[in-house]
Amino acid sequence: MTDDPLSVPYRERERSVTMEPMGAGDELHEELFTLNIGPHHPATHGVLRLLTTLEGEVVRDIKPIIGYVHTGIEKSCEDQQYWKVITFVERMDYLAYYFNASAYCMSVEKLLEIEVPERAEYLRVIHMELNRIASHLFALATGALDLGAVTMLWWGCRDRDLVLDLFEMSSGQRMHPRYIQIGGVFEDIPPGWVEKTREFLKLMPTRLDQYEDLLDRNEIWLERLKGTGVISQERALELGVTGPLLRATGHPWDLRKAMPYSGYEKFDFDVPVGHHGDNYDRFKVRMDEMRQSIRIVEQALDGLPEGDHITTDRKVALPPRHELATSMEALIHHFKLVTEGFRVPPGEAYTAIESPRGELGCYVLADGSSKPARVHMRDPSFVNLMSLPDMARDSLIADFIACVAMLDPILGGVDR
Amino acid sequence: MPDATGLELIAQRIRTSLGDEAVTGTTYFREQATVDVAPEAVHDALAYLSAEDEEPWTCLSSLHGVDYLPAEPRFGVHYQLLSMERTDRLNVRTRLTGEEPHLPTVIDLFPTADFQEREVYDMFGVVFDGHPDMRRILLPEDYTGYPQRRDFPMGGEPVLFTFNEHKYPRWYD
Repeated sequence: MTDDPLSVPYRERERSVTMEPMGAGDELHEELFTLNIGPHHPATHGVLRLLTTLEGEVVRDIKPIIGYVHTGIEKSCEDQQYWKVITFVERMDYLAYYFNASAYCMSVEKLLEIEVPERAEYLRVIHMELNRIASHLFALATGALDLGAVTMLWWGCRDRDLVLDLFEMSSGQRMHPRYIQIGGVFEDIPPGWVEKTREFLKLMPTRLDQYEDLLDRNEIWLERLKGTGVISQERALELGVTGPLLRATGHPWDLRKAMPYSGYEKFDFDVPVGHHGDNYDRFKVRMDEMRQSIRIVEQALDGLPEGDHITTDRKVALPPRHELATSMEALIHHFKLVTEGFRVPPGEAYTAIESPRGELGCYVLADGSSKPARVHMRDPSFVNLMSLPDMARDSLIADFIACVAMLDPILGGVDR
Repeated sequence: MPDATGLELIAQRIRTSLGDEAVTGTTYFREQATVDVAPEAVHDALAYLSAEDEEPWTCLSSLHGVDYLPAEPRFGVHYQLLSMERTDRLNVRTRLTGEEPHLPTVIDLFPTADFQEREVYDMFGVVFDGHPDMRRILLPEDYTGYPQRRDFPMGGEPVLFTFNEHKYPRWYD
């Protein structure tokens, strides 16, 4: 593989397309052409609008224009009690809902200074890693669709559905399950869930091999990804790019390893990195991350400790349902929590976790009431999107579609 | 996180380098270190912390605004600095007041501040002087007001249907 895209065989057949600047002139073919892509375009992964400046077929500049799905979630959160905010934040990055809820809950737990039981931490890790698999699968499926590989869409969504089945079994919802609560998780996992998850974990590596057989030997797939959308490690760090995009440039930065939270230090897993920082490395890093997630879930299921699934602090967590019939105190706690919610001592907290797309930070400002004064999500998609012009500049317009596919921005998270 | 002593040392180093009035205070809360920096010293303090300090903070992981109403000065802008070498975080906070507060941009130090400063401008009305493209980012360009301010009212905007479109003459303008 060389850095010169023109040396790739199929590019050679398109010799009429030159990557050299043509120079401004009076001739029609020498003009720069502005093309609006989106907001409603299937290859922009949501409601993303890109104002591209083209010279022939070569992209000279891109300006992302965002805000088309801005719904003011952060503002709405300020009008909700702490435990109701979870419903809102889950809808930001709508493919990584467990991560949004975790980041928020960990911030509030930091302010409340409550301990999360070990079993709850394990259950959080299990669900987050399953969610990471589901999210990467969807990124791969839709990304492959952008590049014309329709089979991968069906296969990816088929296997993502297996994860959603597990979520449905443990929490009753396939998406936005509101499973992670402040102080722990909503409910213990039902009987049979562990076995079903183990079945999935046994199946999934064979499926990952199938994807690699399907894509990794595919001439079109390789030629469209290898050497396209390259971004250097220094530039990625400057732009604040995190997650698989940064790891594809060879920087092994993973918050699960670097600054462990939720008990990630107990698990043995590797941080896959790439070499070139091109689209192909991003694809490979995501594939390998799914394998590592499988390892983490296996270890977490093996070591799942007994105990409470949520904190026993009744000022924060709802009492068990059966106690309401016999205990006056439980009834009072239930009533207070449901009507007023709990109060959080004044202060501010910023917690960052490793979401499928990078550093997901949640800032919460508490003013002492039962509603947060400010909830802010540092969404990785929002920051990573800034690197798109750098990736796609001076490359062909078809390569820039591959860049968007492998960048994997979730516009719900970008616009919030 | 730097511990409380480490935080004081950092604050002291900023003071020696930029003068006593650059740092207005430090907060150590729930194992999170925060340096309060005067608004006019933000750019210099971040330039110092990102390059010259003996323990440099090379990454800006998050830049966000906050409205502390009814406290005064009401606005705050947070710079969450990150050191990947030491796996450590430091929060630099500055407090602003007034209807249209101004801050120097840090886009020359951290290019990642681009979208995030625009978001703070969009939501809080903090103008970042020297930003090359200081426009709204999430809200429509003709939007009035800064909705994340605490005194911005919650409530819906009218949805236009044929039966009520005459009630909103602005739409015809």
